[in-house]
Amino acid sequence: MGKRHFRKVRAKRLIVLLFIVLFVAPSLAQGAETAIEAVQDNANVVWTCVAAFLVFFMQAGFAMVETGFTRAKNAVNILMKNLMDFSVGTIAFFLIGFGLMFGANSSGWIGTDLFALSGRESNSWIFTFLIFQTVFAATAATIVSGAMAERTKFVGYLAYSVLITLIVYPIFGSWVWGNLLLADNKAWLADLGFLDFAGSTVVHSVGGWLALAGAIMLGPRIGKYGPDKKPRAIMGHNIPLAALGVFILWFGWFGFNSGSTTTANASIGFIAVTTNLAAAAGAVTAMLTAWIIFRKPDASMALNGALAGLVSITAGCDGVSPLGALAIGAVGGVLVVLSVIFIDRVLKIDDPVGAASVHGVCGVWGTLAVGLFNMEKGLFYMAGPAQLGVQLLGAGAAFVWAFGLGLVLFFLIKKTIGLRVSREEELSGLDVGEHGMEAYAGFQIFANQ
Amino acid sequence: MKLIIAYIQPEKLNDVKQALYAAEIFKMSVTNALGCGQQKGYHETYRGVDVEVNLRKKIRLEIAINDEFVQSTIDAVIKGARTDKIGDGKIFVLPLERCVRIRTGQEGNEAIG
Repeated sequence: MGKRHFRKVRAKRLIVLLFIVLFVAPSLAQGAETAIEAVQDNANVVWTCVAAFLVFFMQAGFAMVETGFTRAKNAVNILMKNLMDFSVGTIAFFLIGFGLMFGANSSGWIGTDLFALSGRESNSWIFTFLIFQTVFAATAATIVSGAMAERTKFVGYLAYSVLITLIVYPIFGSWVWGNLLLADNKAWLADLGFLDFAGSTVVHSVGGWLALAGAIMLGPRIGKYGPDKKPRAIMGHNIPLAALGVFILWFGWFGFNSGSTTTANASIGFIAVTTNLAAAAGAVTAMLTAWIIFRKPDASMALNGALAGLVSITAGCDGVSPLGALAIGAVGGVLVVLSVIFIDRVLKIDDPVGAASVHGVCGVWGTLAVGLFNMEKGLFYMAGPAQLGVQLLGAGAAFVWAFGLGLVLFFLIKKTIGLRVSREEELSGLDVGEHGMEAYAGFQIFANQ
Repeated sequence: MKLIIAYIQPEKLNDVKQALYAAEIFKMSVTNALGCGQQKGYHETYRGVDVEVNLRKKIRLEIAINDEFVQSTIDAVIKGARTDKIGDGKIFVLPLERCVRIRTGQEGNEAIG
């Protein structure tokens, strides 16, 4: 009897279900679809904002890396540079930079409206997009402070901070990402098919090449090169802080790369995996390279290596396989050590934290790697060399634009405001000279180191 | 009264302190110092650049003592600090002219002990 009763119930249920499918569902579905769309839109906002906040935290990472890799007598100065390039940069980017990068653009070379968000559309996405892009612009800006550490005049650095987020970064950015907000915009590099998902070129190479230009214009720190022109070590004063900084950057990078979807979907997890694999590979290969060349696993190089892996995967994190990511990060880790040695010993340019190597050189590698490892368009996937050619063009354009304009801007700052502090101030430390205070006040044996 | 100044390896401080305690010498001052003697410097590398460190980290001990304790203090420091390797350190013994205890104004042998 039990079985029969069950059948009866099932039949009843079937009839009800049929009724729903035939008469109720069509009208419901329409409502459900808009509801699903709204949920997706809100999820996109939530994810993009969370990612933006993660990328903001990278400012703390940069501040700690740079403070740790430099001397105690300049710690306040480097923290102030990090605080101010974000603050000044935020304002400059909001007022002008955002418009140059994402405003209406019919030429493909420069945006022409949305200054201070004027003439914005009524949709609220633009705010989410602005905060996300602001923290990206500030990341490019803050890369430079490490390369110019321990000898740059503070007002000169402030002037540079305004200029990078006002002009240098946004104009280049418009060539690659100018069509991200307004889909009708032209962007000459993007239109050629240039791929830079989260900014190996747009953010990191641009920052790295500006850093190189700044370090060249400044000249090396006093005592960096001996009378025989051989490089001498100027030890960072706090490796634990530098390590904390690298962990913070690694953490923030999950927002940097995964957040560049600006969409809450399954690709977030995929990108987190490629990002993490590349960082891990970079740390390992940089350590091994340093171990072989210097006979010790230098901590500062391994830390640079993790960052090198992260910068390298940034362009291709959405389109390369996890194994590809591993290879890209591994090459980045080797490259960064060789590049630090080359810049230090051969070019004799004093870059205290290795910013030009980590961001400039590995940014170029990451950009080219898209042309090799991209699963649809890469050379290693039998798609021919066309993509690699476009990637090369984009990386070259970034070098010419950022390094060239950087040299000009730093030269102008040098001739007008002044770029370098006096010899006396450099020797006694920029903390007291520029800011009238010490990072570590009170009785210390090594306060002037 | 004598002032004994000893430079020792930082990692031997604990042994020296224990040897001094065993010899019933409880008063001392300890400071960080940099110095080099026969041991000369050593090699470090930082970001691929060789660093010649010629001032090594040392510990400086100062012990003010009445004359009859001088030898036992020296013996205790040697007992704690000696490893028979270059770099174990040195002991200097200086005459001490005056000694005043700030709390009581006592002078000389009383103030030291």
